[in-house]
Amino acid sequence: MIVYILCFTLLLVGIYGALTKRDLIKIILSLGIMGYAVNLMIILFAYREGGSFAILVKDGINSNMVDPLPQALILTSIVIELGITAMLVALSIRLFQKYKTFDITKIRRLSG
Amino acid sequence: MILPFLIIIPLLAAFLITLISGERDNWAIVLSMLAEISLLALSLFSFFTTGNDTYVYEMSGWKIPLTICLVQDALSGFMLVIVNLIALTSLMFSISYIRQYSSPWKYYALFMLLITGMNGVIATGDIFNLFVFMEIALFSTYALVAFGGKAEEYEAAFKYAVMGSISSTLILFGIGILYSATSTLTMANIAAILPTINPQVVFWVGAIFMAGFGLKAAIIPFHAWLPDAHSSAPAPISAMLSGVLIKALGVYVMVRVFFNMFGGLSVFNNIFMVLGAISIMIGVLLALGQWDFKRLLAYHSISQIGYIILGFGLANTLGILGAVFHLLNHALFKSLLFYNAGSVEMVIGTRNLKKMGNMTKILPVTSFTSMVASLSIAGMPPFNGFFSKLIIIMAAIQAGHPVFAFWAVLGSLFTLASFMKVQRYGFRGKNKIEKSEKSISSMMKSAMIILAVLCVVTSALIIPCIREVTLDPVVAVIMNKTGYIQAVIGR
Repeated sequence: MIVYILCFTLLLVGIYGALTKRDLIKIILSLGIMGYAVNLMIILFAYREGGSFAILVKDGINSNMVDPLPQALILTSIVIELGITAMLVALSIRLFQKYKTFDITKIRRLSG
Repeated sequence: MILPFLIIIPLLAAFLITLISGERDNWAIVLSMLAEISLLALSLFSFFTTGNDTYVYEMSGWKIPLTICLVQDALSGFMLVIVNLIALTSLMFSISYIRQYSSPWKYYALFMLLITGMNGVIATGDIFNLFVFMEIALFSTYALVAFGGKAEEYEAAFKYAVMGSISSTLILFGIGILYSATSTLTMANIAAILPTINPQVVFWVGAIFMAGFGLKAAIIPFHAWLPDAHSSAPAPISAMLSGVLIKALGVYVMVRVFFNMFGGLSVFNNIFMVLGAISIMIGVLLALGQWDFKRLLAYHSISQIGYIILGFGLANTLGILGAVFHLLNHALFKSLLFYNAGSVEMVIGTRNLKKMGNMTKILPVTSFTSMVASLSIAGMPPFNGFFSKLIIIMAAIQAGHPVFAFWAVLGSLFTLASFMKVQRYGFRGKNKIEKSEKSISSMMKSAMIILAVLCVVTSALIIPCIREVTLDPVVAVIMNKTGYIQAVIGR
């Protein structure tokens, strides 16, 4: 149980960072932490106590194996997160070129 | 068998465009137009041949629940028609509009990826696959919002990307919990298993999905990104975002999840109603104070999505009919208004309503179609917006919520007021603008005229014999709630 609570705490840390930090890079890192927390959570859902890896055994069914599907899901989601992070970093480079700052409170030409 | 092509065609077009187009955008235009026309034809054909049936396509020969399945029923067919119709007009509008920017062929590749994502979200029957397609659509949207390359556009794209990835993470979190509770990812199987397990799961996952997909749909507490992103994007992309993206990724998925998967629980319906009512009023009040044309339209998107959510939340047949009808109507007139804003910006170079004026002389087609769209969105008969709003208001009275009916009427009056402002100060203002040498192309004009004609024609969907073949099957899918399970896995 404690691992799930820690995992959820990690998610909350990420949300807190994304909402309160003013530096663009720190916001991007916080989003990364959020993503890791969720990935870790899904991997934990697949964990079985003493389970083996999920391949077919020679005779019959491997009764106690780790659920392999969440690992496939996590691979997909890691790739997606990579793309999003790259996009955000590219945008923040452009923002720095235009505004000469990484401070999100100074980047506010749009309002109202 | 049509369904996979709705995903394959735009994906193939996107990659072909990046491969074969050089400096000029001719091949990109030809390819994307071809792809989009065939997509519209396919989606129209599949919508009218589906009727009340459900078709399931199982990928790569595996059977449910091992495979990723694509599901086509009346609801997804209807959404596919809306998406591809608006996408076609948007492409027609883009051809000369996007030549203002550098390297327009990249725009077409991204546009096709956006279509792939939206078609995939609508067609899929697997909840993780839905997440992946949603990310494809969002990804290309972030790039398209920043396409103009001005400081404001990067700012809007960054805000949108941060909000979008927070909501995507929440959605992934919810999907993870659903998977651990049900051990399946096919939406129909999840819906079949959910009633047998602890009902707490539905509430927790529902809360997470309400935040995640609510952010995509820009319902009021989650709306902050929308005015920036939708007003900073190039005009045809604003039309795609306001017209279909918030509906395909937000409203459609919410209806699928909360009605077809969770079985339309009354607690979520009440949340829908309250959030919808708040969105109607706050969206329109924020819009009243705006002088930037596109920003005003973006705030109206929040308000009109409020009507749709309110209609779904009422959860009686009339309310869902009104909501589905308003979904179509809002896509038509909001896209048209964004095209109007785009052509005004292209010719006189401003979006500020105070600096516009005398547009009836300079842009007769634009100002005429903007009149049609303004009357539609304000809910004037005989245009389509009147009928859908009327149905939602009648449904609110029928469901025993006269307060919401009054609220919707009030919101509609404010909408009328703010579009009178647009017409009075903007298109028919006192400023004498000199005739500019820039002009809008005939393709842009025809895109606007098509949508203006559709704004009038679609009000015919209310006639019973036409309604029976178009809107009623869609309403039946949503009203039937967990009948979706039988339709998908009980064949």
